[in-house]
Amino acid sequence: MIYWELLLGFLKIGCFAFGGAYSAIPLLRDAVLSYGWLSDEALTDMIAVSESTPGPIIVNLATYVGSSQAGLAGAALATTAVVLPSFFVILLVTSLLRRALKNKYIQAVLRGVKPCMVGMILATGVYMTFHRCFPMSHGWPADIRTLLITAGLAAAMLLYRYFRKRKLSPILLIVLAAFLGIAIY
Amino acid sequence: MREKRAVWAELFFSFMKIGLFTFGGGYAMLPVIREACVEQKGWLTDDEMMDVAVIAESTPGPIAINCATYVGYKLAGMAGAVIATLGIVLPSFMIIYGLSMFLDSVMEHPLVIKAFLGIKAAVGLLILDAGLAMLKKMPRKKQPRGIAACAFAAMLLANIFSLRVSSIALMLLSALVGLTVFIAGGAPDGKGGVQQ
Repeated sequence: MIYWELLLGFLKIGCFAFGGAYSAIPLLRDAVLSYGWLSDEALTDMIAVSESTPGPIIVNLATYVGSSQAGLAGAALATTAVVLPSFFVILLVTSLLRRALKNKYIQAVLRGVKPCMVGMILATGVYMTFHRCFPMSHGWPADIRTLLITAGLAAAMLLYRYFRKRKLSPILLIVLAAFLGIAIY
Repeated sequence: MREKRAVWAELFFSFMKIGLFTFGGGYAMLPVIREACVEQKGWLTDDEMMDVAVIAESTPGPIAINCATYVGYKLAGMAGAVIATLGIVLPSFMIIYGLSMFLDSVMEHPLVIKAFLGIKAAVGLLILDAGLAMLKKMPRKKQPRGIAACAFAAMLLANIFSLRVSSIALMLLSALVGLTVFIAGGAPDGKGGVQQ
């Protein structure tokens, strides 16, 4: 049953996404692909849309996946499910367990979990980048046009950071990518 | 009662504004939340804001939502927590739900298809960039580096060979490693990353 799947899937994501917007993406990808909610292609498009619309990325993604699977009720359910765990954890921490986070065992667990998150995010980024440039299904080993766009974007990010000493904003990068896509394809 | 309602309304609209006008989520939202809660409203002191950031980092879920729940609870208890959290979630929810109604037909336009062929290349790079930034902030010690490297390899191989490796299982395993190393007395990092 789709409502049950959405509830369970997004509760899990909400429980395990430690530390920021991108932590949820490996977990979300895992859930979306294993439940078969969206294709990898559609999910990638949606991550870009979530980056370019206001609000926390994971809330945007939960709303979209929920609505694509089960309309308004699905969207409300998925969004509530993804928010609920962090809501209750914060209530617990602020009301009862102010000192719990400094507990040495919890610290030890966090020392294990956080680097794991970093490794998973890196792997997702590397895979998504290289898989597009070198798709194994194609006859020829590299997709030249995607390779060109990726190289162009990476150069833009590095140059911007070098000259402006600031990160190129994700929205600007996405807009630039859209223009490159229209120009090259 | 009237004062209570005023606080509720102020909480709701302040966090709605934050949800409506910050792009990119996560750490991008922290400065905006600080500006609103510390500078404009005086709901939190700078020290408390630091505390919230640390708590948000060490608990699951979107950082912006963690902050909203915390501030709402501090100002007006349980009701405040619910109202502030709703305030920050609602704009995203309505915008994306509205978009999703006609997104499919927009996505079929030839020009949009081409644009998204380009955009797909950007998404991988953005995630990679976020991962690298987190890697830089990680303590330069053997244990975190080892765990990150193992998680990286496991996740990458799983993706390449289309194996089913559960990301949650990887996290639980890493938690176990952290705990075991600590209990075994190895804990080479001393007291860990989140202390002040």
